Amino acid sequence: MGSVDTVIRGRAHVYPRAHVNTDEIIPARYLNTHDHVELAKHAMEDIDPDFVKRVQPGDIVVGGEDFGCGSSREHAVWALRKAGISCVIASNFARIFFRNSLNNGFLSIECAGFADKAKSGDDLEVDLAKGVIRNHTQGTEHVFVPLTPFVQEMIAAGGLLPMVAKKRGTVYNPATVAVKPDVRVSQIAPAK
Amino acid sequence: MPSPQTITEKILAAHSGRDTVRPGEIVNATIDLIVCHEVTTPPAIRMMAQMGVTKVFDPTKIVVTPDHFVPNKDIQTAELTKELRNWVKEQGIARYHELGEHGICHALVPEKGYILPGMTAICGDSHTTTLGAFGAFATGIGSTDVAAALTTGELWFRVPETIRFNVKGRLPHGVYSKDLILHIISKIGVDGARYCAMEYHGSAIAAMSMEARMTITNMAVEAGGKSSIMEADKVTTNYLKARTEEPYTIYRSDADAHYVATHEIDASALEPVVATPSLPSNGRFIGEIGHVVIDQAYIGSCTNARIEDLRIAAKVMKGRRVARGVRALVVPSTSAVWRQALKEGLFEIFADAGCVISTATCGACLGGHMGVLGKQEVCISSTNRNFVGRMGHPEALVYLASPATVAASAIAGHIVDPREYLERPLRRDKEAGVPVGAIAGGGPGSEQEDYLWGV
Repeated sequence: MGSVDTVIRGRAHVYPRAHVNTDEIIPARYLNTHDHVELAKHAMEDIDPDFVKRVQPGDIVVGGEDFGCGSSREHAVWALRKAGISCVIASNFARIFFRNSLNNGFLSIECAGFADKAKSGDDLEVDLAKGVIRNHTQGTEHVFVPLTPFVQEMIAAGGLLPMVAKKRGTVYNPATVAVKPDVRVSQIAPAK
Repeated sequence: MPSPQTITEKILAAHSGRDTVRPGEIVNATIDLIVCHEVTTPPAIRMMAQMGVTKVFDPTKIVVTPDHFVPNKDIQTAELTKELRNWVKEQGIARYHELGEHGICHALVPEKGYILPGMTAICGDSHTTTLGAFGAFATGIGSTDVAAALTTGELWFRVPETIRFNVKGRLPHGVYSKDLILHIISKIGVDGARYCAMEYHGSAIAAMSMEARMTITNMAVEAGGKSSIMEADKVTTNYLKARTEEPYTIYRSDADAHYVATHEIDASALEPVVATPSLPSNGRFIGEIGHVVIDQAYIGSCTNARIEDLRIAAKVMKGRRVARGVRALVVPSTSAVWRQALKEGLFEIFADAGCVISTATCGACLGGHMGVLGKQEVCISSTNRNFVGRMGHPEALVYLASPATVAASAIAGHIVDPREYLERPLRRDKEAGVPVGAIAGGGPGSEQEDYLWGV
């Protein structure tokens, strides 16, 4: 994690349909784990089974209206990000997906009707400072909904957790392993 | 005089040290109740460690139950529940509900009297909006939010705009709150309440039990809503009286509060509604559905598997048999509902009808386990979502309906109007003393009739 670059450039994967939901982004049959690498193997599986074969680091998912509707599973954001996606551009977002993405310092950019103009494979550039998306393949420029100051602050901090840690005077370290081994007497090796 | 506010605005203001808040503002609100289950909390436990946090802000404000994949469906889910259980022990959380006293969290929390009017409540689960039936602000959030709230006892919210629904009249016989909410979602669309609070008023709501109300607030997210809320009334306070002695504050919307939209609905004009694949907003009155043959009928989930739902389903199924070729599953929402259904003899009715009865679990509602659908299979379900792949194979088809419609369809073998089953008495064969489930699809000489008589 960490703060995002002010310019994001990647190839488009376009899903213009409205209501692309979290069951399609990461089906519940894979929610038996929260390992991001495992989840990423199944990103977009129920809407585009070949997505993970084609996706390249830095690519951008482009959606229509109400992108990410349905379940609250943050696994949808993790699966997309770990699969290599750098940000999602959609006409608008369902609220929990939007919230989850910002909390992760992962950008969800609102740009009405963009999915109808962009084509899969287009070379896109999101310029955060200027508030525009450039489609280099088509030679077009599109203004997106500006990020609110609160969102900018959270994105700059790298997400909600680094922000909370900073306020509490602790250090956010994503490499920390949380799960303490569940050690039972029978599992303890006899002393040599 | 503070400016007029909705109930949602009042609760958020009271929890963020403000007199008033306005829609669109970002507030940091204190959280009264955090509900945890095994899918979205284990990632949050990991995140807390990443922040260097060793203790939750207040273990008495946390409720934990495993619910999605219980009993453990595989090794991975066993590890998830173990992670949850170890954490509960480590943090000293008393309100932990182990298998046997577990339940789908949105059904368990009200049943135990944990949710009170005026509270702020969150859970890493989109159907947390259910708790709004008690006049609380309740919303679904992600695991990062769970981690932040468990650490600080606070969370950021954008104050939602409120949409008001005035539901007048009374639901006709055979038409339920599920039909009403499917009708509303179909009317406004799956994103018709995006980011908004949905506030309900009117005589139809006032006449409903808490169980029926919770079916409505449960499905806010299927309209894109952030939360759903009903003012606490006598029905609410009576429900709570039997469950808790904790004090609470009842908030009401001001008469001149601002609503971004107001919808007038006449409950008396409704008929049973079925949402066709693959959006909850595809609701149509039963008469427009046509002949849809089913493979599975599922009565379960946080939406419609409370005791009242099981009683209705049992009333439809009593003395009848599930059609040949149909699998009927009954999945009570909590262990207490399970026990109550057993006590009332409902299980005998379901078993006689040929249903499978399970322990409480989210199970097949989200395609987890206990009734997952295969390719091109058709299911009618009392659950909340019929998205592509929701209950299993991406090519499976899910129709959403009330428990009555699901139960009646199980008997018929295809989707039917439940009113006929609720109103018409059963024929009985006097000599054999065997009741015959002979209405639609089961008439004399039909396949079902043959089945009943063992031909």
